[in-house]
Amino acid sequence: MIDWTSIVIVFVEILVVVGALLGGVSIMTWVERRLSAVIQFRRGPNRVGPFGLFQPIADGVKFLMKEEIVPADAYMPIYVLAPGMALTTSVFAFSVIPYGPTIELFGRKIDLVLLDMNGGVLFALAATALGVYAVVCAGWSSRNKYSLIGGLRSSAQMISYELALGLSIIGVLMVSSTLRPTVIVEQQAGWFWNWNVFGGGQLLGFILFVIAGFAETNRLPFDLPEAESELVGGYHTEYSSMKFSMFFMAEYVAMITMAALATTLFLGGYQIGIPLPLEGWPLWILQIMAFVTKVGFFMFLFVWVRWTLPRFRYDQLMNLGWKRLFPLALFNIFLTGILVAFEVI
Amino acid sequence: MELVAFVVLTALALVSGLMVILHRNQVVAALSLAANLVAIAGYYMLLNAQFLALLQVIVYAGAIMVLILFVIMLLNLPEEARKPGTGRVQAGLAIVLAAAFALILGWALIRATDGGGYPAASDTFGTVDSVGQMLFTNFFYAFEAISLLLVVAMIGAVLLAKRSVEP
Amino acid sequence: MTPQAILIVSAVLFAVGVVGVLTRRGAITILMSIEIMLNASNLAFISFSRLYDQPDGQIYAFFIMTLAAAEAAVGLAIVIALFRLRESTDVDELNLMKW
Repeated sequence: MIDWTSIVIVFVEILVVVGALLGGVSIMTWVERRLSAVIQFRRGPNRVGPFGLFQPIADGVKFLMKEEIVPADAYMPIYVLAPGMALTTSVFAFSVIPYGPTIELFGRKIDLVLLDMNGGVLFALAATALGVYAVVCAGWSSRNKYSLIGGLRSSAQMISYELALGLSIIGVLMVSSTLRPTVIVEQQAGWFWNWNVFGGGQLLGFILFVIAGFAETNRLPFDLPEAESELVGGYHTEYSSMKFSMFFMAEYVAMITMAALATTLFLGGYQIGIPLPLEGWPLWILQIMAFVTKVGFFMFLFVWVRWTLPRFRYDQLMNLGWKRLFPLALFNIFLTGILVAFEVI
Repeated sequence: MELVAFVVLTALALVSGLMVILHRNQVVAALSLAANLVAIAGYYMLLNAQFLALLQVIVYAGAIMVLILFVIMLLNLPEEARKPGTGRVQAGLAIVLAAAFALILGWALIRATDGGGYPAASDTFGTVDSVGQMLFTNFFYAFEAISLLLVVAMIGAVLLAKRSVEP
Repeated sequence: MTPQAILIVSAVLFAVGVVGVLTRRGAITILMSIEIMLNASNLAFISFSRLYDQPDGQIYAFFIMTLAAAEAAVGLAIVIALFRLRESTDVDELNLMKW
């Protein structure tokens, strides 16, 4: 009656994905601090273990043991829900991304994707759109003028760049004729010039997606809403200890999700880019590693850009989103439409 | 399994709907409406209408509700006062009449279904393909008209909300 | 899950929206109750579309969604313009045309 094996498989997959995401977050805290130290010509954490590798553990223990300071007249139901909303929506957005090929384990075929929907790309966009609520709720429920300003700025920025994000994806959808991420990745098999960013003619779309992805996750150069020197902490000023760490984790998970979306849509997902004469497990392990490498490259890019570029002023940011990225994304759709109509791609 | 999802979604939809019309604080009412919209999107998913469910989340819950929340927060609206004087009579009458209307509406809707259950969904029901095909062939004029309507609404909203320029 | 159950939910939600419009004082809350009514009708459309296996109901729901977006934008702009004049969004205070 009930197929217990597939239920168990789904649960194990969920555990693997959530574990990998949160593990990735802790690795990212170490990478961020060491890489920023390299860029800034200093050392970074090197006390807690060899090369400071146990620093994330120290950070985790710190977050667990810190005293929770809650403002006296914060609106408690929403104040408590906001960090949870942030983390939940970020993890949801990752569930449609294929992080590996269809593997065969104990005679069963398992798709390495949590949710293989017909409208998968839209699902990722929808989950990202719901993440705006966490920011708005956090800013408002803290009953703090600066949090409110930071929250409203941040959510205005996020919904403005959602436009550019969604429109830059349309080029890929036109080329692939489908919204399923698994099919999009399968269409980019073979040599690396089959990837959508090269052979699919989506270089402009890729650049727009990456820029919009930076803005969606509130990362520098678009992080005025949480600018440390101006608004203290923006929407998460009044949060401490575990709740703050949930926002922190949610930001890194959102970064990983954007990176994973970019690799799936533009860089060929788990495809290696070189056709290898391998079958079965060696090929599958290489493909999963290829996916992890591409996402890792984007993480490196995120950290690199953060410590290199100065911050945008808020009106410059909105100007960029509405007056430059949005027309460019429309132009990209137009261009891709012409190229697809004349069967160039 | 489906029944559990249906019961949970119904509870969420009804509770959040009641919170919208009952809670005094307008921000909480707006957030309850967002929860209501997500519950309705869950209904669409249960009914196999995947594209509409995702559109509901992206457009309704992700854009319209954020706009409403923005306006409430920017205008810094206080908690709503109750209607004075005959407000209770008015509210009571409203509830009675709305309940009667719901009964008639429900009876009319159920009569339109001929009492059957849902047939098994076809593979292409609710996918982006089928909706898109219909949208760009049969409903093409309506599609163009509604895009024109959106442009007009945008221009109207910007003009109405603009501060008048001091000469 | 039967069509009848979903249609009952749709009718109840519509009634909830009607009570909201008739009872509340804030202009924005009235707008939100109107959104509930539109959603209830969307739910009925999609339920029927699934019952008869035709995509028409979904197209109508799509258009209603778009219309609701346009209406919310313009409605909120009017509320903002009104707020600048009256310093409050209370609809009971819009009584300049009373005799």
